[in-house]
Amino acid sequence: MAGELKTFVPAPDRAPPNNALGPIVWIRQNLFGSLSSSAATLIFLYLFVSYVPPFIEWALINANWTGLDRSVCEANKAGACWTFINVRMEQILFGLYFASNPDEIWRPTLIFVLFFALLLPLLFEKTPGKKWLTIALLGVFPLVFYFVVYGGYFGIPQSNTTQWGGFLLTFALAFVGILLALPIGILLALGRRSEMPVIRSICVVYIEFWRGTPLITILFMASVMLPLFFPAGVEFDKVVRAMIGITMFQSAYTAEAVRGGLSAIPKGQYEAAMALGLGYWKRTIFIILPQALKISIPSIVNTFIALFKDTSLVSIIGLLDLLNMAQTAARSVEWKGYDIEGYLFAGFIYWAFCYGMSRYSQNLERKLDTNRRN
Amino acid sequence: MTTETHMASAELGDTIIKIDGLNKWYGQFHVLKDIDLDVKRGERIVICGPSGSGKSTLIRCINRLETHQEGSIVVDGIELTEDTKHINDIRREVGMVFQHFNLFPHLTVLENCTLAPIWVRKTPKREAEEMAMRYLERVKIPEQANKYPGQLSGGQQQRVAIARSLCMNPRVMLFDEPTSALDPEMIAEVLDVMVGLAEDGMTMLCVTHEMGFARKVANRVIFMDGGQIVEQNEPEEFFNNPQNDRTQLFLSQILQH
Repeated sequence: MAGELKTFVPAPDRAPPNNALGPIVWIRQNLFGSLSSSAATLIFLYLFVSYVPPFIEWALINANWTGLDRSVCEANKAGACWTFINVRMEQILFGLYFASNPDEIWRPTLIFVLFFALLLPLLFEKTPGKKWLTIALLGVFPLVFYFVVYGGYFGIPQSNTTQWGGFLLTFALAFVGILLALPIGILLALGRRSEMPVIRSICVVYIEFWRGTPLITILFMASVMLPLFFPAGVEFDKVVRAMIGITMFQSAYTAEAVRGGLSAIPKGQYEAAMALGLGYWKRTIFIILPQALKISIPSIVNTFIALFKDTSLVSIIGLLDLLNMAQTAARSVEWKGYDIEGYLFAGFIYWAFCYGMSRYSQNLERKLDTNRRN
Repeated sequence: MTTETHMASAELGDTIIKIDGLNKWYGQFHVLKDIDLDVKRGERIVICGPSGSGKSTLIRCINRLETHQEGSIVVDGIELTEDTKHINDIRREVGMVFQHFNLFPHLTVLENCTLAPIWVRKTPKREAEEMAMRYLERVKIPEQANKYPGQLSGGQQQRVAIARSLCMNPRVMLFDEPTSALDPEMIAEVLDVMVGLAEDGMTMLCVTHEMGFARKVANRVIFMDGGQIVEQNEPEEFFNNPQNDRTQLFLSQILQH
């Protein structure tokens, strides 16, 4: 009855069946798989052929790049007039103050060189000393920005903020908004989940108030109403007012994005941390926030991208950001009629920065994903 | 005859946990009713009972993951009250292992083990890492130290969770159904670690239905139903000669198959 025990031998692994398809099979299956799919393919092909090559011809091949005034563009109307952007570059990027003071143009230039010099190494995985670079970018860079761009110290003439403009202004507003809104938003989100009723109520009221008000209204109020709360004679800088308004608004949105992440953390994580004797702040800083922020990266970056573009609403209080400066330049007597080029250029810069943020966030998500098995 | 399978009872020490007249409600639901329980140092208690009987709630009261409304719980001379300092003092001395492991997924195995010693006990980092490696060796997974929890099997994760608790050098270990979420083939590796702990004299309270484990290591088996302690006895007496018909019914149901 007790026969010899069989030995289990695992069957050898085989390669999966060969499904590799040639390009022709792929095209037939994916682009012409059915009647409707074939129709869609043909329609998009037609649209692509009829719009993309003419645009490239206009924007690149026939375009005017050189020259100092509109005469070049007048002579060749078949192409875009990038001469306009070229001539007015300093105005569109740095605003009127720096564009009209050639001696001071090094200031915004230095700032952007410094910004990219700090930022680019951070994008690569293997850069050493990332911690210090981050501290430099988030902590030291804003101070350098203040001393160099605003000036007034070390013999650097003070610049007039009402004449700040162009991309420099867009950048300053978005950078300050993002930098301050993140920590404030995190505190608000934690407060909203607090067990203490007073703190919770304050945070709920704050978040719901700022989230329920359009940014345009907030900017308007910041410029008209903020001075009413301070004694006469206290003069508040217009750019500072916009920064305060944007930060208030943005922190409410960031708080909600972070709250989404917080509520996704399982109860067991809190319990395990508590059972080890970790108090509220240690629990929050080491266990809860790292996980919650990782989950909310897409929504936080989403609010940052929205903010970056929303900064153009400062035109309501008379500040000329990138978009408005491009528009202003295109309406000057010398360059009247070249609005399209102005908008395209401004749009391209917005796109480049927003796309960069988006890619960086995807990268970060992948890097922080500790659940992949490898 | 039974002494071969049952672990030799070491001398038990003084009382380390004293629970008197404990009552707890979830809203209107009376979940724990007049619980009295004394646990001696070095004692190994297995708590069993049907689901909803309050057994998990009882051990979660001991490190105040649940608050109680009546009665007193004194752990190692410290009474559990609203005072957060006392709560953290007790949590430091009481380790807990959960059904679903609850490892920190964003930290490596080693970091899971060193976080609390470094930030709660203020142990220097190097010392904490050496200690963590010792405990990871003890639960037989030192080679996984730099992996993330998501890369380990359930049994390995639960062993890391045990090592993480041990790194705080607790005086009491609470186990809340530590093997219920595991695949059958992984239960043994976790129970082995728990048996090893018991052999070293750790005071343990285990909520579990592993009756083989109870027979082998427990000094006392407690049966709960409806928020009450129905019966408690030494394992041999408990399994062979239950005194209460509810206990009999429960045992006949879980030992039937």
